[in-house]
Amino acid sequence: MILILLLILFPLAAALLLLFVKDDGARDWLVRIGALVIAALSIVTAVRFFNAGSVYFPAQSPFVNYLMLVLEALMDVLIFVLGIKYRKLPACVMAVIQLPLILWFDLSLAHGIEVYNNLCIDRLSLVMVLIIGIVGSLICVYALSYMKDFQKHQEGADRRPWFFFLMFLFLSAMFGLVTSNNLAWLFFFWEVTTLCSFFLIGFTKTDEAVRNSFRALHMNMLGGLAFNLALILAAIFYQTLDLDLFIFYGARGYDITMVSVLLVFAGITKAAQMPFSSWLLGAMVAPTPTSALLHSSTMVKAGVFLILRLAPTMGWGNLAGMLAMLVGGITFLLASCAAISQSNAKRVLAYSTVANLGLIVACGGIGSPEAVWAGILLLMFHALAKSLLFLCVGTAEHQIGSRDIEDMDGLFSKFPRLARFMAVGICAMFLAPFGMLVSKWAALKAFVDCGTPLMMFFIVFGSAVTLFFWSKWLGKIIAIASGAESEESGVPAGELRVLGSLVGLVLLLCLGFPIVSSQLVVPFLQETYDSVGALALSRPTMLILVIMVAALILMPLLFLGKTKKRIVPIYLSGSNQGDNVHFTNAMQQPAAASLRNWYMEGFFGEKRMCLAGVILCCIVIVWALSLVLGGVIAYV
Amino acid sequence: MSNGILSTVIMVICYLVLAPFVGGLLAGLDRKFSARLQGRVGPPVLQPFYDVLKLREKEAITVNKVQDFYVLCFFLCMLLTGAFFFGGADLLLALFTLTLAGVFLVLAAYSSGSPYAQIGAERELLSMMAYEPMVLFSAIGFYLFAGSFSVSEILHTPGIAPIAYLPLVFLGFLYILPMKLRKSPFDLSTSHHAHQELVKGLSTEFSGSTLALMEVAHWYENVFLLGFIALFFAGSHWWTVLIAVIIAIVCYFLEVLVDNSAARMKWQFALKSAWFLALILGFVNLVVLYYL
Repeated sequence: MILILLLILFPLAAALLLLFVKDDGARDWLVRIGALVIAALSIVTAVRFFNAGSVYFPAQSPFVNYLMLVLEALMDVLIFVLGIKYRKLPACVMAVIQLPLILWFDLSLAHGIEVYNNLCIDRLSLVMVLIIGIVGSLICVYALSYMKDFQKHQEGADRRPWFFFLMFLFLSAMFGLVTSNNLAWLFFFWEVTTLCSFFLIGFTKTDEAVRNSFRALHMNMLGGLAFNLALILAAIFYQTLDLDLFIFYGARGYDITMVSVLLVFAGITKAAQMPFSSWLLGAMVAPTPTSALLHSSTMVKAGVFLILRLAPTMGWGNLAGMLAMLVGGITFLLASCAAISQSNAKRVLAYSTVANLGLIVACGGIGSPEAVWAGILLLMFHALAKSLLFLCVGTAEHQIGSRDIEDMDGLFSKFPRLARFMAVGICAMFLAPFGMLVSKWAALKAFVDCGTPLMMFFIVFGSAVTLFFWSKWLGKIIAIASGAESEESGVPAGELRVLGSLVGLVLLLCLGFPIVSSQLVVPFLQETYDSVGALALSRPTMLILVIMVAALILMPLLFLGKTKKRIVPIYLSGSNQGDNVHFTNAMQQPAAASLRNWYMEGFFGEKRMCLAGVILCCIVIVWALSLVLGGVIAYV
Repeated sequence: MSNGILSTVIMVICYLVLAPFVGGLLAGLDRKFSARLQGRVGPPVLQPFYDVLKLREKEAITVNKVQDFYVLCFFLCMLLTGAFFFGGADLLLALFTLTLAGVFLVLAAYSSGSPYAQIGAERELLSMMAYEPMVLFSAIGFYLFAGSFSVSEILHTPGIAPIAYLPLVFLGFLYILPMKLRKSPFDLSTSHHAHQELVKGLSTEFSGSTLALMEVAHWYENVFLLGFIALFFAGSHWWTVLIAVIIAIVCYFLEVLVDNSAARMKWQFALKSAWFLALILGFVNLVVLYYL
């Protein structure tokens, strides 16, 4: 219990300290030590509870409950004030609606209900704790060097103390979120992450940043509102706020649909599923470490975490399950398609995040053990690979002055290590035998077995599209531009170190995933489900995959770039200028040969895909919510 | 059990040793057949082997230091794909390894930095995106048929052959087969026919032993694809396997016939039609099977 409190309170303390540290050197050390301690704490927690199964802590404290109430109310007031200041009506309206609901719930409804255990830690929480602790703190360390560079190009006051305060506060809230068993506590941390992301997205205070931060706030407040209603319904109809009890009821066949649909809806908003994906795309205006944090280890992962938690109560035939499956499936397909049309690397990454989260949400909706297995592995692999990719793009952006994939020609020659790191990240996202594909494979099987053929459609077409947009990016960065000199000495060593560690972690997880599966994921499933059938991948298959990963790591190290052959110019219709880039044109002048990638706007245009996604997902959501509303009315 | 392992090992070794001969021979027959269709005498049936041997004698040149490595990986992954398939392992494992092989080939072309090769690479990627859904639907069809993705279990499912349940899926697969074989009308990325190409597309920058390696890998790939077709028709009796192999070879020459009688289609048509048919033939067949 002390460990969990430390996990929540230590980042909080570090955050508060960072708020008041103005000196660069002091901040450097504070962030590094803080990150190290957080990572160490999360590992110690993992080791301590590794074999303990689910451990519950009563942690009864009326004081904490009141403190949370006060803070929640204050956050609402703050949002209201900010809404007025920036003239954002929806924020004000939602704050006005939410405040009485919070007060009503906390002061009247929740009082009659005894919560047995406020905190809980099981293997799913452990997975999350490790992701937040290790990936999150690595991103914070990376942010040190990145933000120094960022500040140089920035006019006005140095607001880095505020930035690092938010980053660490975010980690603290995430630790609280994944270890809460009391739904009301979970809701509190949920709202804190909403607010943190709002401030982080709006960090630069440009018009665009403010606009996008409010969009994120509006959408997440909508989710928060649904969460709040779920709390109220849970209190009124089920007289319980213990998440584990609630899931137990659901898994035993009690009808908890009213609450779970609302919770899934909240999860969908936070996980940036369509129609809410635009807030995550808009979050790009923030400095890169923010995007990395939002996309990999925090925020969106909170949404899928909640949905995976609820998985045992879902399935085809269950309204909440259908909601998650359909929204997740549609989002996976259409967001993957939209990624094709993007040349901005960060937007490609963002759409891929949205798509992969869709896959996890759908896995949670299916709710079978094999689906949840796939979902948890997806969550882990995605956290590592995506943070790596975001940080690589961030570094590339500072070096080449662009985040456009078209400008990444010759990256392999100019920034050999950075390009290789990026290539590892990309391969890990879509290629066999690396992790994401393994999980997608398991997801494919779970989708086929889920009780409706519809889901096959999403994953089959979605996978084909995924292959396309990652490969074309990979092809762009590995293209050899002859004569290019390495410019890598300009890359800050600190950034390369963080990237290198993430590459190490990605490869380690790809090599060790059978162990993670058998020691962490399968025991979690056995505890959650009565019976766990055969996994999608048999043991020999996993072994083969691991051997393939090892071979794919070793082969380039041993053989890449070693050839005794004579190097000759490429074919440029016989009119080479000698440098493989220029040819002699019809006017006998040198001209550069350049080639752009395919974006297929006519097929996969972003607007078209998003419009389709928004319409389809809205129909599903409205259908599910109106059924719940009908249920409530009938009940009353 | 040990018997099973032994037969697996024998099958894998047979594939690794015999596939290039079978593949090369098929390529030779393909050229002979094509020539006769065009009213020519055509090269000797063993010409593909002579070509490969001759390519190995060429001067060792390359356009950069990494391209050959990718082609080597392409080759190895192709061996692995067939080994998984003929060894009776998981069908999806074989297909994902095939995808990996395809990506390596595309990377080899991209890495050259040559505009012609890169256009070929992009077109190859497009073809992959076009045929991937139908291939996955086929694999899922086998799974719904046998209750398992394992090739050996699909083969040993008692009763009637998979084709009885997957007729539309099979038609869909036949439609995308030219893309996989890189034959007309879908030889978008690189073509064997001189009249189709200004420059050699994907393989523009491959030369000498690297080109030979790609050619041999292609033979391995063809044998694997024929095996995939045969899986539709094979049952647990040995004679059904024989029939299946004959049908697969007939299908191959059917594709050669199409290859010689069709011009290259635009990529838009390739993508649209492949996806449309995957939906109409593949998905619809599976939905019916799902509720059967």
